[in-house]
Amino acid sequence: MNYIPNILFALLLIAGFGYFAKNVRKLIRNIKLGQDVDVSDNKSQRWKNMTRIALGQGKMVKRPIAGFLHIVVYIGFVIINIELLEIVIDGLTGSWRIFSYYQELYGVLIGTFEILAVLVLVSVIVFWIRRNIIKINRFWKNEMTSWPKNDANYILYFEMVLMSLFLIMNATDIHFQLMNSGNVVSQFIAPWFSGLPETTIHVIERTAWWLHIIGILIFLNYLYFSKHLHILLAFPNTYYGKVQPKGQLNNLEAVTNEVKMMMDPNVDPFAAPAEGAENVMPAKFGASDVQDLSWVQLLNAYTCTECGRCTSECPANLTGKKLSPRKIMMDTRDRLEEVGKNIDANNGEFKDDGKQLLGDYISTEELWACTTCNACVEACPVSIDPLSIIIEMRRYLVMEQSAAPVELNNMMTNIENNGAPWPYNQMDRLNWKDE
Amino acid sequence: MSEQLKVPTMAQYMAEGKQPEILFWVGSAGSYDDRAKKITKAFVKILNKANVDFAVLGTEESCTGDVAKRAGNEFLFQMQAVMNIEVLNGYEVKRIVTACPHSYNTLKNEYPQLGGKYQVQHHTEFIDELMKAGRLKIEGASKLNGKQITFHDPCYLGRANDVYEAPRTLLKSLGVELVEMKRNRNSALCCGAGGAQMFKEPEKGDKDINVLRTEDALETSPNIIATGCPYCNTMMTDGVKAKEKEDSIQVLDIAELIANSQE
Repeated sequence: MNYIPNILFALLLIAGFGYFAKNVRKLIRNIKLGQDVDVSDNKSQRWKNMTRIALGQGKMVKRPIAGFLHIVVYIGFVIINIELLEIVIDGLTGSWRIFSYYQELYGVLIGTFEILAVLVLVSVIVFWIRRNIIKINRFWKNEMTSWPKNDANYILYFEMVLMSLFLIMNATDIHFQLMNSGNVVSQFIAPWFSGLPETTIHVIERTAWWLHIIGILIFLNYLYFSKHLHILLAFPNTYYGKVQPKGQLNNLEAVTNEVKMMMDPNVDPFAAPAEGAENVMPAKFGASDVQDLSWVQLLNAYTCTECGRCTSECPANLTGKKLSPRKIMMDTRDRLEEVGKNIDANNGEFKDDGKQLLGDYISTEELWACTTCNACVEACPVSIDPLSIIIEMRRYLVMEQSAAPVELNNMMTNIENNGAPWPYNQMDRLNWKDE
Repeated sequence: MSEQLKVPTMAQYMAEGKQPEILFWVGSAGSYDDRAKKITKAFVKILNKANVDFAVLGTEESCTGDVAKRAGNEFLFQMQAVMNIEVLNGYEVKRIVTACPHSYNTLKNEYPQLGGKYQVQHHTEFIDELMKAGRLKIEGASKLNGKQITFHDPCYLGRANDVYEAPRTLLKSLGVELVEMKRNRNSALCCGAGGAQMFKEPEKGDKDINVLRTEDALETSPNIIATGCPYCNTMMTDGVKAKEKEDSIQVLDIAELIANSQE
């Protein structure tokens, strides 16, 4: 017996999953470069969010056309992947459609896959048309050039090819067509090949079969380099996403400690630091680079699939300002990848490269254009919070660099001096009642 | 406003050894801004009318620090918060009502971690409660009857805290025709003032946010644009002026609509 195809198949699987595992480890390492944050609270709410938003696609349908098509592709993707199990067993053992032993059930199963494959194919073609022919505005913003633009199209081509291969593979499988059960779609494709000699049809079938599984493995490994990571990360991201009211910004504990000391009359301002605390660096306020952000914010960045729903609802972006919440997430991911590569190149240590997220990627003009209205947070179908990153960077600008716009400095001075953002006397605060 | 408003302070209540039912948090805009002061008075008028036992902090109130926090000055925010909490806790305040969604959000969501735990309501929620309890009634045929009104959701009331219905319930009780803008409730467009934008010039762009939002409102051909936030009020008023519609369209707070309907 000839075992070469089986061995080749096994090697292919090992290589495919091995490289994927390597990149997953890198992904986790990069996410862990973020600051620790306690997300152990509200477990049941978090499970509910994940079930509703990721599993149930709850927020996708807010835009009905895109939402419906996305659900088709999502269900198709999940269900057709059951077929993968059979392909793997067949590939490793040399069996032929091992599950077809249960002929009736098998027919139903493959029939479902075939119908879904067609639906996915149609949806993906509509996606491509929306992106490239109708040119829906959110896919053509400033940040959607070069790689982000190509990436989106590559994914669509990938899916078109994979679905076509699946259908061709079934159509050219003579045994399967003879079984005449489950070939609901492929029976109409089979006649296209009917004039060919049987051996040629068999070669086409084998080629489609191999290309299909190779394609899936390439696609799996493409994820790490692509915006398409969301198919995996949407689940943890919706679980770890914000459970507090959207209006609530996090409390900076480091500041709370300082404020408490200032308010406490018993604190000795000239006291020497406690034993062993001399070398402890005081906490940095806010974020100027990715390592200052929390790991959930970094997970957010990897989860972003650049759909642009956030940007298309952002009041600043809608009125022509530079701010785009999607770009904030893309910049964060790009910088994080750069930091990750730096660590890889320097034996696990980050060597200062003279760059940072603030300034080199995200400008202050973008940061100060935000109205903190939460439209981006509301719009995100996978619970990403771009606003929290904007606020962290404003904190750095204001508290570490005193670099707020002049008018805001005036406003803050007013609050400090007279307890209101305007220069009015605190003692006049109740004058309105007699006016 | 003709009749004299009764505005007791917490200090007065304290001196009498009493606790009011609610503390009315006026906020900086409500205390100093000429337009917002009218909203403050309208709300007090409603409180007086419904015989609500309330008090204000008066000169003991200070900025909540919301705007400082959103500008990135966590330090200043927490200083303000800690000082206010000291005053509020000193008076053993349990329940706060405010006409400013920014104060509302900060008091409700950001003070608890610093030791200030209160039941906080937006004035539209509180008025709604008064009406439901029968403590406040819309008398006779409201003169707003049949007027076309659109409601602009303040971000810090709506998306930030999921309060969408209280203001709408109140508007409907006035017998007005409520027409929704295309972007409403959780997809409402911001007026452009949040996140400390109120206090600075906008970044370079091709339009002002308040003008865009006013265009949303104008599409509904309203007689009145209603809102529930002093900042939104300023921004929408400016937007209406920019569109030269100030003669035909008023921008009013829900408290004003209710207070005026009683006259």
